[in-house]
Amino acid sequence: MSILAQQLVLGLLIGGLYGLAAAGLSLVFGVLKVLNVAHGELIMLGGYAAFWTVALLGLDPFVSLLVVVPLSLLLGVGLYWGLFGFVVRADEETRIKNSLLIGFGLGLALHALAVLLWTADERSIVTPYGGSITLAGLSIPIVRLASLLIALALIGGLHLLLARWRWGKAIRATAEDWQAALLTGIDVRRAYLLAFAIGTGLAGAAGTLVSIGYSTSPSIGLEWTLKALIVVVLAGLGSMLGTFVGGLVLGVAEAASAAAFGGPYREVVGLVLFVVVLVVRPRGLFGR
Amino acid sequence: MTHRLGGGERRWALAILGALALLALLPAAVPREDVINFVFLVLLSITLAQSWNIVAGYAGQVNLGHAAFFGLGALVARTLWIGDTPVAVAMAAGAATATLFALLIGAAAFRLRGAYFAIGTLALSEILRITVGNVLVEISTLPTATIGAYQLTHRYYVALGLAALSVLAVAALAGSRLGLGMQAIREDEEAAEASGVGALRLKLIALALSTGLAGLAGGLFAFYHISYYPAHPFSPHWTFDALLMTFIGGVGTLHGPVLGAVLYVVLKEYVALRWVDFHLLIFGALFIAIVLLLPGGLVQAAERVRRLLAP
Repeated sequence: MSILAQQLVLGLLIGGLYGLAAAGLSLVFGVLKVLNVAHGELIMLGGYAAFWTVALLGLDPFVSLLVVVPLSLLLGVGLYWGLFGFVVRADEETRIKNSLLIGFGLGLALHALAVLLWTADERSIVTPYGGSITLAGLSIPIVRLASLLIALALIGGLHLLLARWRWGKAIRATAEDWQAALLTGIDVRRAYLLAFAIGTGLAGAAGTLVSIGYSTSPSIGLEWTLKALIVVVLAGLGSMLGTFVGGLVLGVAEAASAAAFGGPYREVVGLVLFVVVLVVRPRGLFGR
Repeated sequence: MTHRLGGGERRWALAILGALALLALLPAAVPREDVINFVFLVLLSITLAQSWNIVAGYAGQVNLGHAAFFGLGALVARTLWIGDTPVAVAMAAGAATATLFALLIGAAAFRLRGAYFAIGTLALSEILRITVGNVLVEISTLPTATIGAYQLTHRYYVALGLAALSVLAVAALAGSRLGLGMQAIREDEEAAEASGVGALRLKLIALALSTGLAGLAGGLFAFYHISYYPAHPFSPHWTFDALLMTFIGGVGTLHGPVLGAVLYVVLKEYVALRWVDFHLLIFGALFIAIVLLLPGGLVQAAERVRRLLAP
């Protein structure tokens, strides 16, 4: 029993990262109607950026977020200007399809680039403060707990940003109905750019936390894209806090299924949930 | 009402089949294993690309789970063949399994449109890959007697036959009423339905044809390789390869995927000698450029150049 409880706790801890990973994808999809399947590769890049920041500058692993997130925001601006900004001109169906294809090509190229630059080895950041705290007989690794809290803080910050900030409201208005937003004088293109940059920044943050608590390698992209997609499908669009909870649910569900069917099947439960939800709600799932 | 292949397409079909016929002489003319293996890879890639082209290029349904059908074909064919079933029967059974599975999931999967169909099928193939990888952990190796009797040219001729079959299938489809209906769905599903095209039925037919060919290609993979992990043919890379080759050549055309496959294998084999995975960087970038600037692929590029040069 305590083993099961322990596994569920670990599932909850990684679930926070699923939520963070999904938040960026959800924001970009909700606002731009662009499905960026290279989101996992952006997370992978964030992981490497953090790894090298820690290795070269000697920063504290969590402090490296202050370097990685701004870099990721810039990368997001570049990607929007260079690639995804061209897609948003098309009508919604073409937009989703073309962005899927572009994201696919981008993911492939980034994966190959990462292999060339940093080899296919797995890397993880070693933190100076290992160890874990014991609570009610359950051992909780401090680093992963800190990651969960940071993820929660970032999601909370994003929620406030979208609720209070001028451009946050503009982003939400654009997500709701871009034509109406345009008519009320909102610079829709700017809102798109901001949403895409923030989404990429969130991917960078997620990547940092992944390489701190777990590990990164050039090939983690597809796996993280799928995790993020699963969470977005489970949680729906529109609420960042809902997305975070969706991530926690997926983490716990994976842990429970690993306990029930054995470790190798932990990946399957999310995918099965995903397919079932897709088929039951073929169109409405990303809508409200 | 009869529909015929356009003059250009018919010429391409004849040219490709002629080239494949000439390749039948290759083992006699150039008895070098490296050359035969290389052309084998090209032929396998042509079959895989054309099989994907049917459902994605003609019917417009971007299937990102194609590897599942390639994998099923390989799995069933390999199992039966090692169990002393004649290889032709084993491959046919593999293809039948892939098609059956496609029809089983098809009705549900086609409730999804566009990108949702794409990610849904991707998830489905990942489920299969992980499950097969967990159940069959052992590497699959041919029995010693079979390895002793291994004839590369047999594999080569099967590959040649399948490549020709895939080109014939697409050529027959492109000019048929069936194929035109599929293309109507690709352009605008609602409009096609409104003008009397049974969209679900045609999409299922496209999927069945596509996955049947993919299953055959998987069977060929199982027939060709001496040892591999059973989960390997389920890897999403097979889908990605098919997608890259088809798009770069020209999606929804007869000769585009053939062109794409040749280019892809040549570059892959050439570049991989120096830099691992470098071809994926090139093809990833090329692919993005094609989606953004040239949705018709190299075929469209050639067409434009020809028009520029023509008086």
